[in-house]
Amino acid sequence: MEIFLQQLLNALSLGGTYALLALGLAVVFSIIGLINFAHGELMTVTGYAVCFALIWGMPFPLAVIAGLGVAMTAALLMERVAFRPVRGASGTTLLLTSFAVSAILRVLFQNLISARPIPVSIPASLSGVVTIGPLHLGMIQLISIIVTLAMLLGLNLFLHRTIAGRAMRAAAEDFAVLRLMGLRANSVVATAFAISGLLAGVAGILWVAQRGSVDPLMGALPVLKAFIAAIIGGLGSLSGAVAGGFLLGFIEVILQAYLPESLLPYRDAFAILLVISVLLFRPQGLLARKTLVKL
Amino acid sequence: MTPSDEPLLTIEGLTVSYGPVEAVDGIDLTVKRGEIVTLLGANGAGKSSTLNALVGLAPRKANRLVFAGIDLLGLPPETIVRRGMTLVPEGRRVFASLTVEENLILGGAKHAKRGNPAAVKADMLARFPILAERLHQKAGLLSGGEQQMLAIGRALMSSPDLLLLDEPSLGLAPQVVDAIFDLIRDLRDQGLTILLVEQNVAQSLEIADRGYVLANGRIELQGSAAELRASPEIQNAYLGA
Ligand SMILES: Nc1ncnc2c1ncn2[C@@H]1O[C@H](COP(=O)(O)OP(=O)(O)O)[C@@H](O)[C@H]1O
Ligand SMILES: [Mg+2]
Repeated sequence: MEIFLQQLLNALSLGGTYALLALGLAVVFSIIGLINFAHGELMTVTGYAVCFALIWGMPFPLAVIAGLGVAMTAALLMERVAFRPVRGASGTTLLLTSFAVSAILRVLFQNLISARPIPVSIPASLSGVVTIGPLHLGMIQLISIIVTLAMLLGLNLFLHRTIAGRAMRAAAEDFAVLRLMGLRANSVVATAFAISGLLAGVAGILWVAQRGSVDPLMGALPVLKAFIAAIIGGLGSLSGAVAGGFLLGFIEVILQAYLPESLLPYRDAFAILLVISVLLFRPQGLLARKTLVKL
Repeated sequence: MTPSDEPLLTIEGLTVSYGPVEAVDGIDLTVKRGEIVTLLGANGAGKSSTLNALVGLAPRKANRLVFAGIDLLGLPPETIVRRGMTLVPEGRRVFASLTVEENLILGGAKHAKRGNPAAVKADMLARFPILAERLHQKAGLLSGGEQQMLAIGRALMSSPDLLLLDEPSLGLAPQVVDAIFDLIRDLRDQGLTILLVEQNVAQSLEIADRGYVLANGRIELQGSAAELRASPEIQNAYLGA
């Protein structure tokens, strides 16, 4: 029972990070039909920002704020420079553009910073272990669960209580008609990117805090996972992305715990196999939007 | 011509093409303040393309496209709507997953300068009691007629001077159609100018001041509503005389 609870918390923490990333992908996809593979580089750039802010002597909380600011700015720049010129183009064009942005950023990180991992000095207070009854939980995992839940709650309030949030939900349904309400297409798209940047930034900081280093390819794997999570949930559905993220986290943690040692290297293959089986039964994803998103 | 004679909307040589498909082929049309002008025509004649082009949602070319003294060419939809001309699109297109209230809020979101949103909303709910009852329901759960009321109400939230309506009676039961036509007439009587696209020729010509008939992207016929009602072409093709 205790082991199970322990695993449950591990899964919540890992799944939460996937959920944040998948949500960032879904927010942008639901509005402009773009699967942003450069989302991982937003994580990476956040990691570098926090890393350098700490090296330059900023206190950790300030470094976190700087990292999130950099993440949102980078997302807005990406939209303005790379994606706005191809807005409305075919899904394939958008996808290739995002691959290009991702590749360019990775090369820049490698050449301008370093191809090797740079250590990030996370405060010692964060690497402690919290004991709740019989459970031992890493401080960072605990923070990660709390931060994820707070982000999900905050985003939900934003989407349902503010004009900008309602505009984003409406844009996901019918962008042309939203413009007939007098709301500027560019600001709605920019808001979506700023939010996806913020989500990538939070996920990036949680990721770095657990690993203690940043490297140019840091964002690649988690964003691939997030992409899978978003597909499980039904691409373009925000609640689906969150559900998919947690589900993938659970699958991975359970496989990690219960697969025989000789099969452990195939953990991700098993995870993807489970995903494929989900999609065999529900090809549109678990919580797909009823109206198909127009590409 | 004195400024007061200047039409609210002037269209000269409007062309809409989607790649090789020419949907509208150089039409001229005017709407004067306080009029209901109806644009009639069969399916595929180019009526929706004309309205969509006016608000900047369809690709357009024109010699002149002037609304209330503003040159519309080159302006994006959001700017045009903020200047006081708005479209209720064909098929209603309410935001189905948002509540009735949220649809109305978005309709009035950017128009505080044109009118007090709270007052406009109160006015709207008094006009459409059914929307007031369903305020917190998802718009997608409303009946077709209610959705049409919501689509019109949402457009009115921007306090427009000119309302473009694209087939508001499409697919609605006869009594609901009557209610919609009554509503359009009321709105005109309260000072709104209306350009009405319809396939319901008889009822449109009853409430309209003037009309145009579009066929294959060109104006085939135009005149006062009475002239059009009496014309043999309309009699034969649309009124089944
Ligand atoms: N987005 C579009 N892309 C390509 N062709 C279109 C598009 N919209 C309309 N058309 C074509 O333009 C013509 C006029 O259509 P439309 O303006 O919708 O007519 P109406 O509203 O009078 O039924 C039709 O032949 C239609 O197929
Ligand atoms: Mg039409």
